[in-house]
Amino acid sequence: MRLGFILLLLFPLWTRAAMTIDISGGEQSRIPVAISPFAGAGDAYRVITDVVGADLARTGELKLVDISDLQPPLTESIDPRFSVARQRGAEAVVLGKVNPLSNGQIEVSFRLMDAIKQTQLAGYSYTANATQMRAIAHKIADVVYEKLIGTPGVFSSHIAYVIKHGKQYSLQVADADGQNVQTVLRSKEPIISPAWSPDGTKLAYVSFEKKKPVIYVQSLTTGQRRVLANFKGSNSAPSWSPDGSKLALVLTRDNSGSQIYVINADGSGLKRLTFGGGIDTEPDWSPSGQSLLFTSGRGGSPQIYMMPASGGMARRMTFQGNYNVSPAWSPDGKSFAYVQRTDGRFRIAVMDIASGQTQVLTQGGFDESPSFAANGKMIVYAARQNGHGVLALVSSDGKTKVHLSDVAGDLEEPAWGK
Amino acid sequence: MKKAVLSLVVVGLLAGCSTAEKKPAPIVDSSQRDAAARAAAAKAAADKAAVEANALNQSQLSGQANGGSEAENLFQKSIYFQYNQYDVSDQYHSVLEADAAYLNAHPNVKVTLQGNTDDRGSAEYNLALGQRRADAVRKALNLLGVPESQMEAVSFGMEKPRAEGDNENAWKQNRRTDIVPQSE
Repeated sequence: MRLGFILLLLFPLWTRAAMTIDISGGEQSRIPVAISPFAGAGDAYRVITDVVGADLARTGELKLVDISDLQPPLTESIDPRFSVARQRGAEAVVLGKVNPLSNGQIEVSFRLMDAIKQTQLAGYSYTANATQMRAIAHKIADVVYEKLIGTPGVFSSHIAYVIKHGKQYSLQVADADGQNVQTVLRSKEPIISPAWSPDGTKLAYVSFEKKKPVIYVQSLTTGQRRVLANFKGSNSAPSWSPDGSKLALVLTRDNSGSQIYVINADGSGLKRLTFGGGIDTEPDWSPSGQSLLFTSGRGGSPQIYMMPASGGMARRMTFQGNYNVSPAWSPDGKSFAYVQRTDGRFRIAVMDIASGQTQVLTQGGFDESPSFAANGKMIVYAARQNGHGVLALVSSDGKTKVHLSDVAGDLEEPAWGK
Repeated sequence: MKKAVLSLVVVGLLAGCSTAEKKPAPIVDSSQRDAAARAAAAKAAADKAAVEANALNQSQLSGQANGGSEAENLFQKSIYFQYNQYDVSDQYHSVLEADAAYLNAHPNVKVTLQGNTDDRGSAEYNLALGQRRADAVRKALNLLGVPESQMEAVSFGMEKPRAEGDNENAWKQNRRTDIVPQSE
């Protein structure tokens, strides 16, 4: 039985979109936390309170306790009203202040309090430009999450994806909540398969601007880009080694189908890894650097295989169904997410590598392109909603699902970075 | 795949025989090992196909007030495929013969073979499927004597659908390889 409910968070700055969170599995497992509206600047910086709350709620591991009716907002645990948060069930309380400085910068400070013991669990102060309030809110949420859950938060991380709007394709990078969108590349031709460098400073991707798939690497700091692979035939499916020195990729240059190769990040040292004549594609480099997961049609249907990153014997990993594709390692290397098709429906599943046990995480019909957050707790994927492409999140236990975005155009090919 | 290509060669030979004097039955050529016989077959097919190519070209020109180059008029053809398949159907043999003849007669012309798929499933797996469709046409043309240096097989996967829509009618139009002259 599923104890589901839907929480709608409406953002004033976010006119087009509503984030839908669907949490199943019971309320008891979620830690109740109250966020007092950040005080000191009226409603001008309400975005901080909103973003911290949305970040924490989106995980499905924390539950927000509303104390926004306490006016003026709580800022001190010695305030006699502090007990209200506890009475409403909060186990932790976030108290925050916003202080505009004379130089135009904003100082934001917060303290995370144990609601029962009234002791401080964490406290930080940040100074930044007024345009960086969302970034600061994500940092605060990261601290609160790590203190309460014990795992680093990923709210300050970024997601790359492709948005298709009419005949226009854009490679974009957004914050982990889908906001603060930056366009990396605009093209009249398709773009697919963005892949983050391990240090989060570069994206490799496949662009069709030369009327064929060519792999580029682009710096996000300078915007400069270069061709990584433009061999005869198709060039696609880049995946970085965990040390960032190499990429696995798929080429057709040897006229023997789509095959997996490895190339140095500077474009030198091309080495072929697979030697079938059919389809080997979607390599994904393991966190340890030792192995590659990939999709192959060698058994008659697309299935996921694993092989040493130096090449050699491949081991078949998936056996259920006749369409299992797009493997994505979990950050701890113990499992992987992938897309499986059942009865014509594409859904996200995870496999525990040691046991071979699988779990289907999503129930959509067009769920594709899974990619893990760095802390392994959430998976971003591409879904379809109201006939167009959106980004969605699912927790790696399948209990929490979030539709991140509902903007004009089709969002596809998400990749979760640092 | 293999079977389709073999029969393609045989059709080419028969076509050649019908217009030339009788030759010994070319059974040996279906082994794909006899390069000389294969070249002869390609030439025979080319001799016949060149006429068809011209005729086709004329009619296309007359139907198009602002027709492109000769090569552009000749090509821009599509080879369609079944779901999850990449065998070149027998019905396209004459098209490929004509193209091979043209390319053999015009060694400076290069073509790109653009494989496509319908839009169901993984972008990268579909890219690889589209590549198989492009490669199938490349191999068929190669068996008709077109050198690899004149062709590049690439894939657009599911990224450039000719028809939009989640239905079989749209999907079948998207499962294809286009033969497109390289403009340089």
